[in-house]
Amino acid sequence: MSITRASRKLHVVTQLNGQETEFLCAPHESLLEVLRDELHLTGTKEGCNNGNCGACSVILNGRLVNACLVMAAEVEGAEITTIEGLAPTDPGTLSIDRLHPLQQKFLEHAALQCGVCTPGFLVASKALLDRNPNPTEQEVRLWLAGNLCRCTGYDKIVRAILDTVKTGHQH
Amino acid sequence: MKSIDYAAPQTLQDAIALLAEGSGKSQVLAGGTDVIVQFREGRKALDILIDIKRIPDLNVMDFDSDKGLTLGAGVPCCVVCETPEIKARYPGLVDAASLVGGTAIQSRATIGGNVCNASPAADTIPALIVHRAICNIQGPNGDREVPIESFCTAPGKNVLGEGELLVSFSLPVPVARTSAHYLRFIPRNEMDIAVVGAAASVTVDGSKKRFLSGSVSLGAVAPTPLLVDEAASILTDSEISDETVEKVCVAAQAAAAPISDMRGTARQRKHLSGVLTRRAIQKAIARIE
Repeated sequence: MSITRASRKLHVVTQLNGQETEFLCAPHESLLEVLRDELHLTGTKEGCNNGNCGACSVILNGRLVNACLVMAAEVEGAEITTIEGLAPTDPGTLSIDRLHPLQQKFLEHAALQCGVCTPGFLVASKALLDRNPNPTEQEVRLWLAGNLCRCTGYDKIVRAILDTVKTGHQH
Repeated sequence: MKSIDYAAPQTLQDAIALLAEGSGKSQVLAGGTDVIVQFREGRKALDILIDIKRIPDLNVMDFDSDKGLTLGAGVPCCVVCETPEIKARYPGLVDAASLVGGTAIQSRATIGGNVCNASPAADTIPALIVHRAICNIQGPNGDREVPIESFCTAPGKNVLGEGELLVSFSLPVPVARTSAHYLRFIPRNEMDIAVVGAAASVTVDGSKKRFLSGSVSLGAVAPTPLLVDEAASILTDSEISDETVEKVCVAAQAAAAPISDMRGTARQRKHLSGVLTRRAIQKAIARIE
């Protein structure tokens, strides 16, 4: 068993948005810090940095988590999906030719204003629909209790998600 | 940002050895939903995070028809909530685990972590108390068992000595015609900390007219979660009636020793102790088929 000392770096290999990704991290760094500062995937946002706001929501081994509460060292061998991984991406060119249905519905329903909470809500919603393809409004609201929005009052967000459920959220 | 060492031992022996040589500055990391926040806030001087999630002993969920459930301390709340056998036999624990934080917190937060963090308002502890859980501890000087109601010693403090690790919980096989419920009052709708938490377990007779036994536990009304001793005697061989339940509620209120803080006054908490005890008992009875 190896101990990574504070002054050294840990080498981590993960499956990130379907691609094998490796990085070096200090033991004290969170997954959120590594995603943004090391891997330059700045779609995942820092809101509270203590697990209350959900702006840093990512999917880790199929589970919705707050990236601020996962140490980067912990994701060795894990599968991670971030907001950048929602829209179907061409693996060769990494270009996007259409949005994920959730993203499309958020736009149609104007389910965002400043947009800082939006990546978190989208990832959290995707995690919900992956697990429960036909949630009730109550289930949607309860699942999203850990995602906070200062701007919208949540109503349009919930409608956008329920509309995605109704009109089908398969690619 | 303060730096720290990180280790992810794969055996219990390695973890205990690391903890023992840490001279009080080693911190077990399970789900991290409390520990990482505390580390970042610099609340404790820490030298090393010992990630226990790869140790098989901490991830067990073993149902035995004689011994009951052995639940690894590292099992996350979400797994507890999704396991039908736990929901059927220890529904109070599922109630509690489904209330800890929100979805993303429950994906990581573990039952063992909630217990070791020893918040007076911890949700899982009153539920574990009424389900009569025993804490299995291992350390450099061997193994020991501590009943869950004795595990927390003060706010944020527990019985673990230097080098000791909470490995698992043992929950006995539930007696027939038994069920339990945990509920809490919080200032908002979700994602909050209990103002008062109440758990009740009841065992009834075949006619569903008498309590055979029962247990009540309160959270957030004392420095540690409480086992209301008097409730157990009132619920032993007594009539299932409003009068009996009211006696239990009075006992629960008497046992509560709350403080006033930003989430509520002592007076409100005393009142809630009675109200939530009643609801916990009624829901537990309703769950018995």
